[in-house]
Amino acid sequence: MRITITINGIDTEADIHGPDSLLDVLRDQLALPGSKNACEQGECGSCSVVLDGDVVCACLVMAADAAGSTVRTVEGYGDHEVLHPVQEALLDGGGVQCGFCTPGFVVAAAELFDANPTPTSEEIREALAGNVCRCTGYGAILRGLEDLAARNAGDVP
Amino acid sequence: MTYTEQIREVIGGIGTSADRPDGIPKVQGNFAYSSDLSAHGMLWGATLRSPHAHARITRLDIAPALRINGVHAVLTYDDVPGVKTFGMIESDQPVLSDGTVRYWGEPVAIVAAEDPHAASRAAAAIGVEYEQLEPLVEPEAAEHRGELFRRLEIRSGDQDLRGDVVVEGFYETGMQDQAPLGPESGLAIPDGEGGVDLYVATQWSHEDRRQIAASLGVREDQARVHLSGIGGAFGAREDVSLQIHLCLLALHTGRPVKMVYSRTESFVGHVHRHPSMMWYRHEAARDGTLIRVEAKLLLDGGAYTSSSPAVIANAAYFAVGPYRCESVAIDGVMVRTNNPPCGAMRGFGAVQACFGYESQMDRLAAALEMDPLELRLHNALGPGDAMPTTLQHIEGSLPTRRVIEQLRDMPIPPDAGASHPLHLPGGTGLTTQPHHTLRGVGYAVSLKNLMFSEAFDDFTEVRLILTPVGVEVETAAAEVGQGLVTVCQQIVRSVLKMQHVAVMFVDTSTVGSAGSTSASRQTQMTGGAVHLAATELRGQILTEYQGDDLDERGVWREGELIMTLDEVCERGPTTHHVQFRHPPTEGPDEHGHGHLHVDFSIAAHRAVVDVDPELGLVHVVRVDTVQDVGKVLNPRALVGQIEGGIMQGVGLAVMEELILDRGVVRNANFTDYLLPTFADAPEVMAEFVEEPSHFG
Repeated sequence: MRITITINGIDTEADIHGPDSLLDVLRDQLALPGSKNACEQGECGSCSVVLDGDVVCACLVMAADAAGSTVRTVEGYGDHEVLHPVQEALLDGGGVQCGFCTPGFVVAAAELFDANPTPTSEEIREALAGNVCRCTGYGAILRGLEDLAARNAGDVP
Repeated sequence: MTYTEQIREVIGGIGTSADRPDGIPKVQGNFAYSSDLSAHGMLWGATLRSPHAHARITRLDIAPALRINGVHAVLTYDDVPGVKTFGMIESDQPVLSDGTVRYWGEPVAIVAAEDPHAASRAAAAIGVEYEQLEPLVEPEAAEHRGELFRRLEIRSGDQDLRGDVVVEGFYETGMQDQAPLGPESGLAIPDGEGGVDLYVATQWSHEDRRQIAASLGVREDQARVHLSGIGGAFGAREDVSLQIHLCLLALHTGRPVKMVYSRTESFVGHVHRHPSMMWYRHEAARDGTLIRVEAKLLLDGGAYTSSSPAVIANAAYFAVGPYRCESVAIDGVMVRTNNPPCGAMRGFGAVQACFGYESQMDRLAAALEMDPLELRLHNALGPGDAMPTTLQHIEGSLPTRRVIEQLRDMPIPPDAGASHPLHLPGGTGLTTQPHHTLRGVGYAVSLKNLMFSEAFDDFTEVRLILTPVGVEVETAAAEVGQGLVTVCQQIVRSVLKMQHVAVMFVDTSTVGSAGSTSASRQTQMTGGAVHLAATELRGQILTEYQGDDLDERGVWREGELIMTLDEVCERGPTTHHVQFRHPPTEGPDEHGHGHLHVDFSIAAHRAVVDVDPELGLVHVVRVDTVQDVGKVLNPRALVGQIEGGIMQGVGLAVMEELILDRGVVRNANFTDYLLPTFADAPEVMAEFVEEPSHFG
């Protein structure tokens, strides 16, 4: 079955097989391996993408159901010259170690800050509670994003 | 000829929170992990695993699998051309089942096919019949039957000494999974001449190479192991998982073969933290002086050896903790069962023992009506003392008192989030209310060895290359996320005063072994090798150009700048290669005594925990710590390591455990094996004690 998905602003065609998930299609067919395959049952958030405005786990979305939709993956944040503020914040805070969870955190945090540029610590924790990080213990991720929220509020640290 | 001084500051040296060189590709999603690799003409591998914890294979028919379209190979025990077993310490684990399966998930056959779906179908189509055997799953029964990987009987001091106050306790810890987010994965590419290049996420590529070459029956230079991007490790990648399988399939088919474990397969594809049972008896004088510790530590090694002999040694040697004690009797027993194999995980045996001895210290303090910290300070082990178990003399620093006192003096900050349901036991489900919870504050101190012990010849090699743009560091050390790549850059910058340092993770044929990324060793070992190489290279440059000093401006002679560093880079000398060893250790005598460890590190923790005693719900509010870290090379990376380690410790304490039912893992997935999330993360405040090691 041939489907079209608008991925990171580009209309993209893919040939899909029955059981393929959106994650399979992104990673194996469309050369977008940034979305990660860590649990493949929607528990860890490593494959977080934005599907028609909602953050979802791409591993839980049937590729066929994504036909005609708009998808933004980690590759759609920032560009070669300038990082997205959330990407900068994760690096500044030290929130990147092995980095396998990082693409999911970038997507989920960017959507949080898009909706609310000055989230509280609790709002950050709650919004990112679906993303598992095994390296950092979350402290460095939180500090980086708290600093970004403070900058957005005009409290330059 | 005179030079104009170029003022250029070298940033990102030792002691700064230098940025990770791999940070930007990681936040962009461009960093290539082992599961992201592909090659032209690539096949996909899959593994058929045992559904039983203990069984004899009575029929194995691969013909149905071979008939599936797109299948290129189905390999079993007979297809392993070389040594049919593997293992880091003992080669006792069959590459593919030898006719008996000894744990749930043991590999029976491997398949290569055109796509992953065909590979999975083929693995499922293999006809296997099993005669089920009774699994041995109880550690005490295994000990009774003499199924032992290792038994240590440590006896120190006068065995008849007795204290006035006695406390006894029995403690258990569960089987924990490292759960690195990156699944086991790799790509093997045959070279057409009987050799193979394997790109894989591993903690020790040269050790993989040794085991791969043996099982393939090829020379070690024909099995080249390349480090691929590694999505966490925590011990899970120290043993071979799919490495030999991938190389077998690639050599058999003549095609590149990729394999990626699913999460469930990952849970059975690597070793776990040993579950433990610990019986303790502490005896003290009325003033709190620890007189005698008796303990038995029984750890379940599972079906194959892995690193179990070293893990039980650690548990036993550190079974008293960082305390002086005149009389010690510790039995450490590691048994073989039909449970999943256990091996390396962060802390490596020291974690289990710490739960036992620190629980005992709290019990002892209560029995003595003494402050728990005062009891620990009263008995604190320090420089000049001997380890109570091994009797090894403590060389250099061991700031037990200092970490305890500094932690005691850290204020407990007000609990800013106490009113938010996210911070309640049970979380936003509002299972409980603040007035139903009680708050407890507890302390624990932990002691662990650094680097490999018991006479292991532990070394690391690096090569430094001056290039026209700066310095390249060639190493086979595994960067698993901890930040070794940054530390190597920082060391070179500080010694050679050059800004541009590129760390190249090269394959096993390009540079010698860096040893394992484990045992708290790479910063000191590979970092030490880089420091040695950079220092010697600096000396060579000064000799070559008859200079007497080198800084970021260039080479100086008698107060005059004679050459810029750019010119040095262009003219060479070009390469410098070093091998770095730590001071030797020795094996234990029959009482468990000897100079067994290179060095030690100590840490004190304070946990603030809210509990709903009626519902049994627990929330760890904050964990503060003071840690003995040597010299701080990168404060931000260090805090990241400490916070990550604490989170895994909290996970073990309150939620993580692999549940076994007659050897079968019942929760081998992230839905049922609970990992700490942002909602579980305590506030952490970390302080460091910087005291130099007695070497390096």
